[in-house]
Amino acid sequence: MLYRENGQFKSSYSSDQQMLPILQDRVLMIALLAIAFVAVPLFVSDYVFLSLLIPFLILTLAAIGLNLLVGYCGQISIGHAAFMAVGAYAAYNLALRIPQLNFLVVLVLAGFIAAAVGILFGVPSLRIKGLYLAVATLAAQFFMDWLFARVKWFTNYSPSGSVSPPPVELFGWVLDAPAEKYVFLLGVLVVFTLIAKNLVRSHIGREWMAMRDMDVAAEVIGIRPVYAKLTAFAVSAFFVGVAGALWGFVHLGSWEPLAFNLTLSLNLLFMIIIGGMGSLLGCYFGAAFIVALPIVLNQVPAWLGVPISTATASHLEFMIFGALIVFFLIVEPHGLARLWAIGKEKLRLWPFPH
Amino acid sequence: MKKNWPVILLCLVLATGLVLPLATGASPPGFYVEVLLGGLMAGVLYSLVALGFALIFKASGVFNFAQGAMVLFAALAVARLSEQMPFWLAIVLALAIMVVLAWLIERLVLRPLVNQEGVALLMATLGVTYFLDGFGQTVWGSDIYKIELGIAKEPVMVLEQIFQGGILVNKEDFVAAIVAAALVLGLALFFQKTPTGRALRAVADDHQAAQSIGIPLNRIWVIVWSVAGLVALVAGVIWGSKLGVQFSLSQVALKALPVVILGGFTSVTGAIVGGLIIGVGEKMAEVFLGPVLVKAFDLAGGGIENWFAYMLALLFLLVRPEGLFGEKHIDRV
Repeated sequence: MLYRENGQFKSSYSSDQQMLPILQDRVLMIALLAIAFVAVPLFVSDYVFLSLLIPFLILTLAAIGLNLLVGYCGQISIGHAAFMAVGAYAAYNLALRIPQLNFLVVLVLAGFIAAAVGILFGVPSLRIKGLYLAVATLAAQFFMDWLFARVKWFTNYSPSGSVSPPPVELFGWVLDAPAEKYVFLLGVLVVFTLIAKNLVRSHIGREWMAMRDMDVAAEVIGIRPVYAKLTAFAVSAFFVGVAGALWGFVHLGSWEPLAFNLTLSLNLLFMIIIGGMGSLLGCYFGAAFIVALPIVLNQVPAWLGVPISTATASHLEFMIFGALIVFFLIVEPHGLARLWAIGKEKLRLWPFPH
Repeated sequence: MKKNWPVILLCLVLATGLVLPLATGASPPGFYVEVLLGGLMAGVLYSLVALGFALIFKASGVFNFAQGAMVLFAALAVARLSEQMPFWLAIVLALAIMVVLAWLIERLVLRPLVNQEGVALLMATLGVTYFLDGFGQTVWGSDIYKIELGIAKEPVMVLEQIFQGGILVNKEDFVAAIVAAALVLGLALFFQKTPTGRALRAVADDHQAAQSIGIPLNRIWVIVWSVAGLVALVAGVIWGSKLGVQFSLSQVALKALPVVILGGFTSVTGAIVGGLIIGVGEKMAEVFLGPVLVKAFDLAGGGIENWFAYMLALLFLLVRPEGLFGEKHIDRV
């Protein structure tokens, strides 16, 4: 009853094409943004920022990047943390070697460098797909792990191989308080979500989806597979590269050689499976889920009064992750985003039966 | 013939790389043979894991990412059980556990997902991987355990007459190679000579046709996963006795992916030959190419064996997507 579109007519092309066509959605979105930008920084503790919200925002960005490739273009990648690493190390070297560069410029340049590497590793996708591509992206993962651990130039000859970038500064505003970091990341995420949303509903997103649904048919109707696949790789790597730079600069502060390993890649993949493939909203759900689950799992035994060791907790976490992945694939292959859509559909009629 | 030139070129480059250290005198012959043997031994182990991949892919079209986790799980089971009971009993019990596991995977994961596309199944096996890693370590513990095969671990010198200084060979490696060879032979016989083996091959060729002549798909899948469990058990025991049973075992098993790519997804021969090629190539690259790279680019150490196998597989994918022995049919756009 509350959530229905009765009486909301679309009388112009622009109103037909707007992102949130229903008034209630727009109100809700504005309220959400207001809460996220104003209320949360005022009332939330530093611990929540550092262990929940900041990783959540960055991983959401990375998940959106991966989802553009896997969910929208149908090219599987189990090595996307490699592109995060490229973004992080590119940003580190840019910030180190050209100190006068604005951080936003560094971010964008790091994204472009990651995109170039993404295209390079996307080239095999022109000849192979599916499972074979999975192995090709795995090659990217291991090669990048090795490259950044071994080539001293990337880490500026630091003896331990770990790097500590300069503090993030924007037009004289130094991001050091968790709340400041949060607001900045939220701004970045909102901008990138808008970009992603508009990409996937424009011609290029449609090309990706056509490629995903049936590549031969897509080619027949005039979509160039080379162009579609490589742009998907490039855009995806750009997003993930930016996320990687943020992960290194804002979240970690300084990082070890293997900070961007296979586990991170797989976690990104799990995020989009649990959240929902081919859904931007799903990236938010998936990232929230993956970030929150370990923390909740660590708390639950304490609440129940059953003490378990951290080792057991981390093993249980593995088991629950695994079981959930299988569960989602079987019960709801479209993930949490689909559940959300079903809920919305139900809400249109509620509380009436018809 | 004309289309084959990139493959031939790649093989030529690899072969040149293989003989270069010997030809240029960069390494003494004895040392060279030692590295070669070491590579072959590692290759045998890769082959064993790759065999599990190939078997499952052939029979059910599932790309089983969980093979590595199964190796770890089996090795953990053997290591912990053999603390309580005689070794042979531990092996038998572990095998029984692997069969139960196979049945559970078929029942709980594969059957509900039947007719899904390959990528969904791959992700399901990723889930199984995580579950098994966590489950194995919860049940069996997460320390480093030992498996004692009762074979001397000290290397012995052989062929001192032929090579200067002789060659150091690990006796255990030889036993491992023999066991692996026996296993492969046994599997080949099983596939070629028994009715069940014939049914397995029928399912591998065409699911629907096999079903229409009355081959029960579900049972076949349980059998295939059990056989993969057996292979994982053997690989786990051999590897575990070599490196110790620990979590990294499931990561090492990922190396089997480039092996199956190289050899061809559906080919048992391919898994074996691919494993040997990767094993030798990797060791050679690490020992001979590594220092050159370190010197040339001023690296902080070698370790190129971490990615060499994958890059080799990637190159092969570009020139020959179906692998060395794979079926020619492949979807290409």
